[in-house]
Amino acid sequence: MDRYLLIVSTICYLAAVVHTAGELRVGVFRPMRFNFFAVGLGFVFQTAFLSLRGHALGRCPLTNLFEVFVFLAWSVSLMYMLVGPLYRLSLMGAFTAPLVVLLQSFALIAPIDVRHSVNIPANPWVEFHASISTVAYGAFALACIAGVMYLVQERQLKTHQLHSIFYHLPPLTDLFATVTRLLWWGLGLYTLGIVSGFFTGRPLPRVQVVAALGVWLLYATILQGRHLRWLAPKWVAALCIVGFSVALALLWGITFTAEMRPPP
Amino acid sequence: MNLFCIGLSHHTADVATREQFAGGATTESILCQTSCAEALLLTTCNRVEVYAVSDTRISTDEIARCLMRKIDGDPHNYAPPFYRYEADKCVQHLFRVASGLDSMVVGESEIFGQAKRAYELARQSGAAGPYLHRLFQRAFRVAKQVRTHTDIARGTVSVGSVAVDLAQRIFGKLSECKVLVLGAGETSERTARALISRGVSDLRVSNRSIDRACQLAQTVGGRAIPFDEWAAQCSEIDILLTSTASETPLLTRAKLAPMLRERLDRPLFIIDIAVPRDVDPSVNEMEGVYLYDIDSLRSVAEQSLALRRQQVAAAEAIIAEHVADFLDSISRGLNRPSQMADHPSPGETSLRTSEL
Repeated sequence: MDRYLLIVSTICYLAAVVHTAGELRVGVFRPMRFNFFAVGLGFVFQTAFLSLRGHALGRCPLTNLFEVFVFLAWSVSLMYMLVGPLYRLSLMGAFTAPLVVLLQSFALIAPIDVRHSVNIPANPWVEFHASISTVAYGAFALACIAGVMYLVQERQLKTHQLHSIFYHLPPLTDLFATVTRLLWWGLGLYTLGIVSGFFTGRPLPRVQVVAALGVWLLYATILQGRHLRWLAPKWVAALCIVGFSVALALLWGITFTAEMRPPP
Repeated sequence: MNLFCIGLSHHTADVATREQFAGGATTESILCQTSCAEALLLTTCNRVEVYAVSDTRISTDEIARCLMRKIDGDPHNYAPPFYRYEADKCVQHLFRVASGLDSMVVGESEIFGQAKRAYELARQSGAAGPYLHRLFQRAFRVAKQVRTHTDIARGTVSVGSVAVDLAQRIFGKLSECKVLVLGAGETSERTARALISRGVSDLRVSNRSIDRACQLAQTVGGRAIPFDEWAAQCSEIDILLTSTASETPLLTRAKLAPMLRERLDRPLFIIDIAVPRDVDPSVNEMEGVYLYDIDSLRSVAEQSLALRRQQVAAAEAIIAEHVADFLDSISRGLNRPSQMADHPSPGETSLRTSEL
C-alpha cells in the first residue's frame, strides 16, 4: 500500500517535469500554478508514505537504502518549500522536481527495499543522527540545484544568448547568496548530525566516520574558499554540484555498508 | 446592432496620412455627425480608430469624413488606407490591439494605457454605452491575461533599456550598486538617467574634461572623478558605463586583472557603448566580468523581440477563446454574464473590480 503512495508522489513530480520540459521545448517558460500544485501534491504523498512506513516500523523510516533515498527526496522538497518562497525562487521547483523524480524512481525500481529480518529496537540518538544528516543532504541538494541555476544564468550572460528561462531566473547575485545560505544550513545540520552520531552509544564504523568527515571537510572548504575569496562564485556553484554528487555516492556507500553489517 | 471598427494604423498608412486624421475629431463629434448609438475614439501615434455601435450600417467614408482634419480634403482619397472590421472581427481586432499584438513593437504595453484612457473619456462623456463598456472591459482582461500567461512583454527591445535590464538581472536591486560613467556624452547621460531611475544612488562620472564631468555629475546627481583616477575605481564599482571618443581601448585584461583579485565575489558589469570600443573584448573572458558592447546590446534587444514574436501564437489562442466567449455572451443578451466572465481567475478579480 505505502509503495502506491510513493508511485503517486513520483507521478506528481514527473508531471511537473513534463510540464516544464514541454514549455521549454516551445521556448516559453512560466513557473505557473501547475508546478506549485504538482510539487505540493507530490510532497503530501511523500509525507504520507514516510508516515505509514514509520508507523509500520515503529521508528524513523531510515532502515535501508530505499527509505534513505525517499527520505532524501522528501528533505529536498521540504528544503525547497522552506527556501523557495522565502527567497522568491519559484523557478527552483522546476529544477527540484527532476532530482526528486530521479531519486524516487531509482528507489522504486532498484531492489533495495530490503526489510531487516531482526527487529532492531529504536534508539532516539540514532534516529536523530540519521534524520538530521539526511535533511542536511537535502540542503546540499538544493545548494546543488541553485548552483545549476547560477551556472545557467551565468552562461547566458557571458555568451549574450538570452533564452526565455533567463527572464524567469533570479538575479545572479541573489542566486549566489542563496547558494551560500544553503551551504551554511547544510553544513550546520550536517555538523549536528555527525556530533549526534557520537552519542548513539554504539561503536561507529571507521568507514562511515571517515566518509562523513570527508563530506563535512569538502563543504567546509567550499565555504572557506567562498568567504576568503579564493573561489569565484562560478566555481563555488560548480563545486556545489561536484560536492553533492560525491556526498550522494558516499551516502549510498555508507548505507550499503551499514546494511551489509549484521545488526547489533 | 452593428458593432464595427474603422481606422487606420502604421500597417496601412504612413505617418503623413495618419496625421491627416489624428486629432481631427472627438468621440462627441462622431456621435453628432453620424447615427452611431455608441462610439469610442482611440488615437495614438500609430493608429486612429473608431469603435462604434449603430442600428444601421454606417459607411467607412462617413467615419473618414468625421476624422479628417482638412476641411477641403476629399475623404474618398483617404478611403484606401482605412480598414473596417465588423462583429467578431472587430472584437478580435480590439483584443489584439489592447494586447500589443498589433503594435509596431510587438508586446509593448503603452497601447494598453492609451486604450484605457480612450475608454475613460468615452465613458465620462456618455459615448460608451453597455456594448462598448462590456467590449472594452473584456479587452482589458484579455490584455492582462495575455501578458501574464505568455512572454509577449518579456525583455526589453531598445538598446538603452537592455543595458539597464541586464544590470537588474545581474544585481537585482540597483540601489546598492556603484556606477562609474566614463565619458560625458549624450548617450552616457541617457543611460545614467535610466540607471538612476531604477534606484542607483552612487554614481560617479569621469571625463577627459573635468568641467564636463562636473556638469554631468551635477545634472544626474552624481560626483565627478578626475580622469586619471577612473581606473582605480574599478575595484569598487559594480557597473562601468563607457562612452568615450578614445581611439584605443582604455580598459584591457592586463589593466583590470589586479583590480579583479580584490573583488572576486562581486560581478562587474561593463556597458561599452563607444565606437570604437573602449574596452578590449577579451575582458569578457575574465571571471565575473560581463561585457556588453553596442552590438551585443542590440543582439539582446533583437532576441527579446524574437522571443515576443514566438509568443504571438499563444496570445492569439487566448484571444480566440475570449472572442468566442464574448460573442456568445453578447448573443445571450447583455445582462447575462458569460461563463468566462463569471469565473475570472483569482489574479483577475482585483483587476476587474478596479476596472469596473
